[in-house]
Amino acid sequence: MSTDIITFKAGSPMASTLRMDRMPHIWCPGCGIGSEVNSFAEAVKRSGIDPKKLVVVSGIGCTGRVAGYVNFDSMHTTHGRAIPVATGIKLANPELTVVVFSGEGDLAGIGGNHLIHAARRNMDLVVICNNNFTYGMTGGQVTPTTPGSAMASTTPYGNYEYPFSLPFLMDAAGATYIARWTSMHSRNVTQSIEEALLRKGFSFIEIISPCPTLYLRRNRLGDGVDQLQNYQDNSILKHGCDTRETAIDFQGKIVIGKFVEKNKPTYLEASDKCAVKLVGDDYQLYGKTIPEREAEEKAEKEKIAARRAAMAEEEAQEEAASHKVSVSAPAVKEVLAKAAKKAAAKAKPVRKAVAKAKTRPVKKTVAKAQPKKAASKAPAKKVVVKAAKKAAPKKTSKLNKTRK
Amino acid sequence: MKTVAADPKGVDSGPHFMDGDHALAEGALAAGCRFFAGYPITPSTEAAERFAERAPEVGALFIQMEDELASIAALIGAAWAGQKCMTVTCGPGFSLMVENLGLACMTETPMVIANVQRGGPSTGLPTLTAQQDMMQAKYGPHGDNMIIALCPDSPQECFDLTVEAFNLSEFYRVPVIILTDETVGHMHEKVVIPPADQINVVPRNNYSGPKEDCRPYKFDGKGGHPMVRAGDGYNFHVTGLTHNERGYPVMTAEQNNKVVTHLMEKINGNADEIIRLDEDQVDGADVVVVSYGITSRIAVKAIQDARKEGIKVGSLRLITIWPFCEKRIREISARVKAIVVPEINYGQMVLEVERNAGGRCKVISVNHCGGAVHDPQVILDAIRKASQ
Repeated sequence: MSTDIITFKAGSPMASTLRMDRMPHIWCPGCGIGSEVNSFAEAVKRSGIDPKKLVVVSGIGCTGRVAGYVNFDSMHTTHGRAIPVATGIKLANPELTVVVFSGEGDLAGIGGNHLIHAARRNMDLVVICNNNFTYGMTGGQVTPTTPGSAMASTTPYGNYEYPFSLPFLMDAAGATYIARWTSMHSRNVTQSIEEALLRKGFSFIEIISPCPTLYLRRNRLGDGVDQLQNYQDNSILKHGCDTRETAIDFQGKIVIGKFVEKNKPTYLEASDKCAVKLVGDDYQLYGKTIPEREAEEKAEKEKIAARRAAMAEEEAQEEAASHKVSVSAPAVKEVLAKAAKKAAAKAKPVRKAVAKAKTRPVKKTVAKAQPKKAASKAPAKKVVVKAAKKAAPKKTSKLNKTRK
Repeated sequence: MKTVAADPKGVDSGPHFMDGDHALAEGALAAGCRFFAGYPITPSTEAAERFAERAPEVGALFIQMEDELASIAALIGAAWAGQKCMTVTCGPGFSLMVENLGLACMTETPMVIANVQRGGPSTGLPTLTAQQDMMQAKYGPHGDNMIIALCPDSPQECFDLTVEAFNLSEFYRVPVIILTDETVGHMHEKVVIPPADQINVVPRNNYSGPKEDCRPYKFDGKGGHPMVRAGDGYNFHVTGLTHNERGYPVMTAEQNNKVVTHLMEKINGNADEIIRLDEDQVDGADVVVVSYGITSRIAVKAIQDARKEGIKVGSLRLITIWPFCEKRIREISARVKAIVVPEINYGQMVLEVERNAGGRCKVISVNHCGGAVHDPQVILDAIRKASQ
């Protein structure tokens, strides 16, 4: 056990963004939060923002523990109050980028009032909401988003409440960026968080995620991988979708995508404007005039742009090296363009696959291999090899289908 | 406590005619508070209004939150982002704040909360006075907590004690509660705000040493430890869970013992430095009236009348409510016939007086369930009875 952790610590590409001294984390095998945190860490890296100026705030619950594992300034607060704490941080030091990472019970249940008011104010926050339809930490109770007739420990004969559709709620409340993905859509999650980190205003990203220990088991829905399969089969990508059409039925279709992205003044911009009217151009907040703050912001933006450019170049060089192309500046650009095209091309078939493919046989092989991998450590290699062999028919089956 | 002169930007020096609520806001601005999150509630709203009005010219920020839960939560965020911060409320709002008052105590977050008390329980008497939240201030949050509470008796003291509340809050890293009441909050009197260079202010102490030595906490039962500020690159972690000095959760009985002992002892162990009392002819008295806030000003009339009758009466006014002046009550109780405790509640601080008097003298409670101040005659009658 201990050796495994040490290897993990040393080898993790996320070592700089996660608190490795806090590993192993508390989340169950098959839970979606881990991959979301990974996506978040990746998004922070890719965004180019200064990690010193990033604060992560969580409430209570399984997702509430995120703050304890990310290697930034982080606060683990009380149940439902992550958003007002984050509001205080952002308004007390507007230079900071403030992210709230919490669950749907925390954000939309006990903290629902804070959620809608932060959206109404267009408070400059990124809110990442892990929605697993259950209160995991306390043993699987019904939440404000539990769909249809799902079983929960406090609805032992089936749920009979009407659930929130969070994108719809957030749209009505005035959020200026709303996206929904599932924990299977890691790259989209990363991209959405990256976008949100770089924009101003209230951004809400909902991530539908499996809770194998409580929600899935109680509803006889298999394990985490089965649920990922469900996400793949039932997700419908609809960017710009009317948020009234984003309700989720029990094991029904899940509309995913970026639903809303618009600009309007943030709380602080609006309050600045009002204060300038009153005091005049020498208005200062915490000793800084608006032009001074704008200059600082511009300088920070330039730094971010420089970091992003450096990262893009590094990536291109790596790509070039892997293709054994001699690295010259124009060549890098060419490779970069190619890589971008490739990424775009990759993204499309995934969408199609989401809508079309029925890959049940693949599901079984993966599902069987996964628990073995987790349960027995010694013959891990063999299992992996077996799984790879079993997974092999996946490609042929897909090919067969396309041939038909 | 190391102090510096106040930032003149927030100090509106000179004589004013203002009510206690406005004086609270002015005291906060003078003390360097630049962040205020609040929610309207009678009879404290005027303080929020004053801060909102003054904020743009001082360069401070005011936000009206969606409720009191959010107001105090925003203060916790603002404090860790480097600002001195304040909120104002009364009973029903304070009941909501109690949740995160616990988090503020646990995370040792400096802030000032003014409770302009009104009659309760529940919605009670929104526009009428009371002193019914004295125990709630200390015993409100679940678990063992220790806070500091101050009690002004006039608008002038609302100003003075708010500055002091910020100083104590910064040094001991603890929420400080100003327990005033509707009468003082709405009473207009002369308030003299001194020049900035005559106001002593404890500045925020932010950690600036090497990253590897950075600890948000030190469990030694003392004050004076630096805060860590968000954005300074220390990657601090703060949690309401029982934690170690690094801020990481350590949920064991041993660790909880360390943390709770520290939280209690940093206040109780320094009670002598914190406690401020206003005494008048206590030495040699047969009867001592222990009172606080607006009741102490009513008691003055009763004490004067009693002295005219030849009764040796002393007055002990509690400026610091929590930590309670246990030692002084023990000393007094050994020398006097009786202690009279008038207060606008069903008998709250009298319990502390009785506990510390320990049967050495009579303790007479003069209760009043709220809605009005005492009739001085009632206190005088109690003094007469006590002197016999």
